Amino acid sequence: MTTFVQLLVNGLGKGAVYALLALGFVVIFKATEVVNFAHGSLVLVGGYLVYELKDALGWPTAAVVGVLAAALAGLLIERALLANATSADHNGLALLTIGIDVIITEEIVRRVGADIPFIGDPYDAQPIQLGAVTVFRTQAIALVVGAVLIAAFLLAFRYSSWGVAMRAQAENREAAALMGIRSSRVTATAWLVAGALAGVAVLFIATQDFSGAGLGRGTHAIALVAFPAAILGGLDSTAGAVVGGIVVGLTEALSAQYISFEFSKSAVFLVMLVVLVVRPSGLFGTKELSRV
Amino acid sequence: MSDTLVKPSSAQPAPAAPKRRRNWLAIAATAVGLVLLVLLPVIIGTEVAYLKVAQYILIGAVGGIGLTLLVGQAGQLSLAHPFFLLVGAVSYAVLSGEAEADLVGLGLPPVIGLIGAVAVSGLLGLAFAPVAGRLRGIYLGVASLSLVFLGLWLGQSLESLTGGTSSGRTPPTFELFGFAFANSEPAPTILGVAIQKQQRLWFLFLALAVIAYLLARGAVRSRIGRAWRAVRDNEAAAAAMGVNVTRVKAGAFVVSSAYAGLAGVMTALWLDLVKPDENEFTGNYSLTVAIAFLAIVIIGGLGSVPGAVFGAVVVYGLQQFFLLGANEFGWFADAEFGGLTAVVLSAFVYGTAVVLVVLFEPGGAAAIGRRLVGRRAPAPVPAAPGGRDTPERNDDDPRA
Repeated sequence: MTTFVQLLVNGLGKGAVYALLALGFVVIFKATEVVNFAHGSLVLVGGYLVYELKDALGWPTAAVVGVLAAALAGLLIERALLANATSADHNGLALLTIGIDVIITEEIVRRVGADIPFIGDPYDAQPIQLGAVTVFRTQAIALVVGAVLIAAFLLAFRYSSWGVAMRAQAENREAAALMGIRSSRVTATAWLVAGALAGVAVLFIATQDFSGAGLGRGTHAIALVAFPAAILGGLDSTAGAVVGGIVVGLTEALSAQYISFEFSKSAVFLVMLVVLVVRPSGLFGTKELSRV
Repeated sequence: MSDTLVKPSSAQPAPAAPKRRRNWLAIAATAVGLVLLVLLPVIIGTEVAYLKVAQYILIGAVGGIGLTLLVGQAGQLSLAHPFFLLVGAVSYAVLSGEAEADLVGLGLPPVIGLIGAVAVSGLLGLAFAPVAGRLRGIYLGVASLSLVFLGLWLGQSLESLTGGTSSGRTPPTFELFGFAFANSEPAPTILGVAIQKQQRLWFLFLALAVIAYLLARGAVRSRIGRAWRAVRDNEAAAAAMGVNVTRVKAGAFVVSSAYAGLAGVMTALWLDLVKPDENEFTGNYSLTVAIAFLAIVIIGGLGSVPGAVFGAVVVYGLQQFFLLGANEFGWFADAEFGGLTAVVLSAFVYGTAVVLVVLFEPGGAAAIGRRLVGRRAPAPVPAAPGGRDTPERNDDDPRA
């Protein structure tokens, strides 16, 4: 039973991180219908700056810089490349982000080199003892931070003028533009927010507690697991991203314990496959209708 | 003189499609190219390392053709290619390999093994078709990603088939009617160059690639290709035209998987090793390979078969070329490169190529090539009054 409670906290903590990443996908997808394959590289950009700066600036400042850098990287990719690809449709833009992802990932993996550092200094590898239950501190903090950020995001999405503009654009781009909503600004902020969420997520991913995989290709691959989270919930549903993230986190934690560690990543994808076969647009996604 | 002007006449029947004129220049160029490819071992001579690069490009070409048919022609995004590569490689080793202590091997003739491996890959593609048929676009792309993870896990678990991640297993030597694709003494020579294992493998790969290329071109030009494009452009319209959408989508997946399976067999022969990956992000059957194949297809132009070959030269060729340079001439060893390795550099090149293609020429190399050769598209079908112009797609022209 104690194992199960440990796994639950562990899985929910991971789930919160996956939800942060999945929200990033969803925000960008809602604003532009582009699927951002470069999300993993945004994660790496944030993590890399933390790794480089934490000794000089101290961890808290470095973490803030990392989050800001990931946000700016997202903004830069959108403004410099995607906004200028006028001849490409949203599928073409998704392919474009694959190219960006390859370049950024290779460069950062090369810079990090053989170190594969961990960047969760203040909380990593310091388990919390609660009675008989031992909980990874990283996952516990991730759960709290994730819950706060997700709540803030959902509130902003619902009530702030930015959220209203975003939802209006997702609903009908042309009508939103006619109402005076600047499409370019909405799109740019979507990338900014997605980048910032990725920057926060990496603070928990590149730790010994989370996966044992330091900053590098392993981190990038973990960011890819957020794809099933976003897809499972439905690519155009913010609530779906949160649910998907938690499902993925729990699946990974439980299958790693009860089946095998190697199987845990496959388990995530198998769960997603089952969901997709039953509901091809994810749990909360809008059904695609074809008009004849 | 008056026959230079065509009198507009309502009674005149629609002009018959112009007879396809044989472009002797193109035929001659193709013939010369083929002869050069066949004689490549002679041209290269004893530098077998260069021949290995050329062989590797052909692996990329065969796999890339399979993916371009699926992604470009049939409009189904798939990242599952590495999985089918793994299936092909393992199936070949299992079907034709000898049973050893811990390894399953049926010991069938290698030709049967090769064909069987392609068939097994195709069948597994068919098994995934019910899922693929229900999903579209990015949903399908991510769903297909699950096969890569499944392959990783199966490869590690089924050690009696795959040989396990630590040692792997040696694929059987390919044989055709008693002729072994291995070193022999004495070896036959062509123009003084001994035809040993690598030269023989080159001929095998070339033959397989040419067959794969011709079959793909045939499919694109025929009823099958038209059905794929119809489904890609509008499923409802295709169904209304009498296309069995489910079957066509499944068929595209099967064909693509079979191509990937063939590329997998070639990979096994090229490496002389079948070994499942240790993790999902590096290795011969990993996510990196999925992205590389997608890059091949994008750079070549979605749906273009010759484009996929060009993409393979860029993505697979450059990587091996840089590796060769690193091994033979010590490139990247200088401090000034700062840890820039062959793999990193080639990733930069193809990553940049993908970005540039999407930004400036969504048709890819195929569109650029068509413009360079100056071949005009057939006279556009006049749009119906008030109707939409016929869309210009690089792959709808069967001659493209």
